Amino acid sequence: MKKRLIAVILAVAMVFTLASCKKADSGNIKIGLITPMTGEVAVYGMAVKNAVELYINAFNDAGGIDGRKIDLIVYDDKGDATESVNAYQKLVTSDEVVAIIGAVTSTPTLAVMQASVSDNIPMITPTATHPDVTSYGKNAFRACYTDDVQAISCANFAKTGLEAKTAAIIYGSEDPYSTGLKEVFEAKCEENGIQIVAVEGYSASDVDYKSQLTNIIAKKPEVLFVPDYYNTVYTVAKQARELGYEGEFLGVDGVDGVLAIEGADVSYLDGLYFSNHYATDTDSQAVKDFIDAFQKKYNEVPNALAALGYDAADILVQAVALAVADGVKMEAGKECYQAIIDKIATIKLDGVTGNITFDADHNTQKTCTIITVINGEYKSIGSY
Amino acid sequence: MIFLSQIINGLQIGSIYALVALGYSMVYGIVKLLNFAHGDIIMVGSYVLWFGLSRLGLAPWLSVIISITVCSALGMLIEKVAYKPLRNSPKISLLITAIGVSYLLQNLSQLIFTPNPRMLPNFFPGYVSIGGAQFAVVTIVTIAVSVVIMIGLSVMVKNTKMGKAMRAVSENSDVAQLMGINVNNTISFTFALGSGLVAVASVLYCCSYSQIEPTMGSMLGIKAFVAAVLGGIGSLPGAMLGGIIIGIFESLTKAYISSQLADAVVFGILIIVLLIRPSGILGKSIREKV
Repeated sequence: MKKRLIAVILAVAMVFTLASCKKADSGNIKIGLITPMTGEVAVYGMAVKNAVELYINAFNDAGGIDGRKIDLIVYDDKGDATESVNAYQKLVTSDEVVAIIGAVTSTPTLAVMQASVSDNIPMITPTATHPDVTSYGKNAFRACYTDDVQAISCANFAKTGLEAKTAAIIYGSEDPYSTGLKEVFEAKCEENGIQIVAVEGYSASDVDYKSQLTNIIAKKPEVLFVPDYYNTVYTVAKQARELGYEGEFLGVDGVDGVLAIEGADVSYLDGLYFSNHYATDTDSQAVKDFIDAFQKKYNEVPNALAALGYDAADILVQAVALAVADGVKMEAGKECYQAIIDKIATIKLDGVTGNITFDADHNTQKTCTIITVINGEYKSIGSY
Repeated sequence: MIFLSQIINGLQIGSIYALVALGYSMVYGIVKLLNFAHGDIIMVGSYVLWFGLSRLGLAPWLSVIISITVCSALGMLIEKVAYKPLRNSPKISLLITAIGVSYLLQNLSQLIFTPNPRMLPNFFPGYVSIGGAQFAVVTIVTIAVSVVIMIGLSVMVKNTKMGKAMRAVSENSDVAQLMGINVNNTISFTFALGSGLVAVASVLYCCSYSQIEPTMGSMLGIKAFVAAVLGGIGSLPGAMLGGIIIGIFESLTKAYISSQLADAVVFGILIIVLLIRPSGILGKSIREKV
């Protein structure tokens, strides 16, 4: 008799537990963000974090999804692959988020995307441009263009914009982002009839590029392609100018933020061009609204990484809202994950960084804006 | 002409290695300690310089003097706190303490200054053209300052009272004490001098490479250590020679072989030298006294 009573009590308790599960579904929805807030590429990470928070706070203030708010859980990956995978594991296993925005730079994102395949959790990287990012599983998306697109744009700009006949490349030979860009740029230059006169590599711990630059400058290239992030590009530009280089520098989206380096001497950056995801000086209303809101809150002009972070948050939150509208339960698990993935694939967004739709590989097709640095200010000079 | 430029590039980084290697060698000569925290003093020097310039807005010369003073004081403090109590313990305890101090400095600096890299301005802007090749003024200044310091140091060790005391302590500290030399003061002075030289190296480093971060000293320190061993640890001319050889080999490898092999070549040279001449190029082979 006693046993039966206990069984009944337990059964009732179980029903209540189930009910409380149901109840949890009306609560807040958890989304993760993996971004470098310290380290070499902190300027990017903070821009993305600020923009994502800007979007989500505004979304929550406007009522959220039928009154349910989005909870953003942010982890710092320091731009490092191991840290990034640790952050990912924490988000999935202990925080139980339903989807993740991140990571920001290509190397950690490649690691996180590979780790996420078996969980099949919806992932959208705002900014990782490496071609392989979306290649591992069907759960990965990106809000930016791929490196192939920007390397081709750079080569086209070198030909039509700068009218260069010769070019040289200095790149990080251990970094997938840098080597990927270098290969596509090299091939496209050949196609465009630009002669590559010198190709030099450096390793991740290098701070002294003078040996390589001395070789490059001796070949007198008109353009020097530096596919790397702003700290390296700044140091390379400084050392090249000191060694007497007189040509132009050509960089990629990683250069964005170069003017935010504390203590940088901007005179070394004259004659620097780079491809980017958006331009702040356009007529688009979406861009103007975004810049106004961002400036009001953080007191600075948002860079391209911020714009991409904003668009990525927009895409993901819209997809989650669509899934909720379909009656999908927002608790971490295969069904919820798959429903959100399916919704992201259908999103069409007229965002801050242009029109975004996803192709079969979950990449976007967009044009690159070329930006130059004049007297310590960015100026956009058109799309290529 | 390119070859000459590459040699100059090598001389520049080699001079910085040499300045750091001098400290390694002096300390080893006197207390037989491989002071692995030595490389991290260059990081401390750089951050003090940066703090003086961009946070306190001091003049460059004043920031440089403060940086040298802070580094010298820190060198003495580390010796007093971490190494002196262990002076009579096995050498391995000292070595491990030194590694501990190195990590302590790195992590403290990450905590205080965050791991974000900082940029420093170049105090010696401008270029000089020599026979068609262009050299930055800072390159010439780096090499010149190093040469002057090396000559000054040699003269000091040979001719001054303190220099004689240093040599005496390095030969036999017990006998030196019997002769009326204050061994503790001599050791403190050596640490202060070595750390002060590193502060000078950090100023030259910052002017050329501009970017500083909390872990910048570890690789630089290891290369300077290789330079000291290569030249013959304990020998001052050896440290200078070793630093310059390492710098030039590194530069030539980057220029003519492959940039990825540069570190491999540097450490390869170390292995070869240790196999052929274990005491280093200018080192004396001393038998352990029984």
